[in-house]
Amino acid sequence: MERFTTLSATACPLGLSNVDTDQLIPARFMKRSRAEGYGGFLLHDLRFEPDGAARTSFVLDDPRYAASRILVARRTFGTGSSREAAVYALWDYGVRCVIAPSFGDIFASNAVKNGLLPALVSDADCERLLAELARSPQPGLTVDLEALTIIGAGLSLPFSLDPVRRLQLLNGWDDLDLTRRHSAEIAGFRAARPSWTWPTPPSARV
Amino acid sequence: MSAPRTLFDKLWDSHVIALREDGEALLWVDRHFVHEGSHHAFRQLDAKGLTVAEPALTFGIADHYVPTRGRPHIADPEVAGMVERLSANAARHRFRLFGLDDPAQGIVHVVGPEQGLTLPGFLIVCGDSHTSTHGAFGAYAFGIGASEVAHVLMTQTIWQRKPKRMRITVNGRWGPHVSAKDLALHVIATIGTNGAQGHALEYAGPAITALSMEGRLTLCNMSIEAGARCAMVGPDETTFAWARGRPFAPAGAAFDDAIAAWRRLATDPDSAFDRDITLDGADVAPTVTWGVSPEDALPITAKTPFAQSDDPARASYIAGALQYMGLDGGMALSAVRVDRVFIGSCTNARLEDLRAAAAVLRGRKAVVPGLISPGSSLVKRAAEAEGLDRIFTEAGLSWAESGCSMCVGMNGDLVASGERCASTTNRNFRGRQGLGARTHLMSPAMVAAAAVTGRLTDVRSLPALGS
Repeated sequence: MERFTTLSATACPLGLSNVDTDQLIPARFMKRSRAEGYGGFLLHDLRFEPDGAARTSFVLDDPRYAASRILVARRTFGTGSSREAAVYALWDYGVRCVIAPSFGDIFASNAVKNGLLPALVSDADCERLLAELARSPQPGLTVDLEALTIIGAGLSLPFSLDPVRRLQLLNGWDDLDLTRRHSAEIAGFRAARPSWTWPTPPSARV
Repeated sequence: MSAPRTLFDKLWDSHVIALREDGEALLWVDRHFVHEGSHHAFRQLDAKGLTVAEPALTFGIADHYVPTRGRPHIADPEVAGMVERLSANAARHRFRLFGLDDPAQGIVHVVGPEQGLTLPGFLIVCGDSHTSTHGAFGAYAFGIGASEVAHVLMTQTIWQRKPKRMRITVNGRWGPHVSAKDLALHVIATIGTNGAQGHALEYAGPAITALSMEGRLTLCNMSIEAGARCAMVGPDETTFAWARGRPFAPAGAAFDDAIAAWRRLATDPDSAFDRDITLDGADVAPTVTWGVSPEDALPITAKTPFAQSDDPARASYIAGALQYMGLDGGMALSAVRVDRVFIGSCTNARLEDLRAAAAVLRGRKAVVPGLISPGSSLVKRAAEAEGLDRIFTEAGLSWAESGCSMCVGMNGDLVASGERCASTTNRNFRGRQGLGARTHLMSPAMVAAAAVTGRLTDVRSLPALGS
């Protein structure tokens, strides 16, 4: 997994609330192999008309926010379906950090496991960021995960992240490496599971 | 004497293999369900050259993308490839598969309980957010992403931080034609889509213990829409009666041992909850959604909201939702016309749900087209044995095979752009049932009522038919 320490990049004031994972990537694209890249599917139905033409009014496609690697959204970003493809779509598009006042639980977990930072800010700070990024001719931010600060667009704001997830991102840790250290405990635990917790195959029933 | 513990505390404590200083715990997984959409996880497994650690605790089910008509043929080559890939993974890693041709195939969250794979006291995961459903048995069940699925496949364990504890107690009783779905929508509208975030949610109280297993499954299923990653109901005689004799459940003396363990799971008196809410069941009316989030739910007797609020973001959200749904503020919900209906999904496609819909449709005709996809192939056969299929087809609705179908539209069962669908499903998100589709969530009886009038309808207002 890629480490995340500090990111300085263009930031897009997405501004939407309740961006569920069905919107982040509509289900019909998830049959595709990841090798094809999921970036083109990000927020697809908000960015494109049903005939495939780009909706030029959509903020992410405003030339000022081209090459955005940071998104700022309102509350409950990434609720709904557990599809990790929502994170793949953001990642393949180039996004490495989403800033919002709240995130769907499963989305936030999926994000960190892929090296993408879900940065929590207060509602008031979110509104300030959205306003400044919309106003700024060069809308860039620096997100510092060591210091837990967002700097740019004339602002310096704190953000939060679960300390465990912060360490994982800073170090690029993979869960499997951590789990392997507990192999003996896992084997011991398995052996002690009560027999009724193991499935009884129908063929083995008396 | 040890401190009183909640049902969730007991489930948590009994699955902790190791606890790190930072508070993360490594937990044992009793049952892992995978589906044809889990292909990203198997690819991660292949990339590391590993095999499934515990095939006996891993179960595959084809449900998300499978066709509901013309089986076993799969017209879409991409879908056929996904189903074949799941079968190949099951064969290679030697786990039990409920494939498209299995008589017990169905939606994972219906099949697990039906087969006795879902039992009290278990930790259950699946790469699907509605895994919260299985908590109805007094299990710790939650949805996970593809990377976590891969980790469980490789180790049969998962890292978690202990969530806070929340209880919703429901006293009193609701009136006729009100169901667990109405309670679920009422809860989400009351606490919001964020309301239970970071909490393990336990439902308790007389209105909950009076629910059937089907009703409890519906309630726990929808709890993810209130932000709870897991929800649960304490196991009781209703739970034990369901589990007894199920194909994969313990039998004989092992079942007696299990019941003895399950009886100890109940929340101890005087247990502490981080949040404790009490609702009155009598306040729950037949409920429908008007907007694009499950929290946009109101009693059928209400009117749509106006795009007005002291909070400009909220006003803008309501305006956007009304516009997407093709509605005006201040409209009576019972005046909203629908174009089609859908009865199905892991939320509301069990036998009890189909019976509730059939009770409304018996002797009536639907004035709009509609699709009914049972929760499992076994539910389908049981419904046919009772003649429910004939009630549906005589009303003019289509009776199809089992799968996730029009809830998520992955298999091509779609609501056309601009069309309005009365649906027993769980998410009314923009585009969920198809590009531009407009979804109104409600109970099976309410969907049946909408089918016969062609508009959102208070099922209580339908005249009783002469017998």
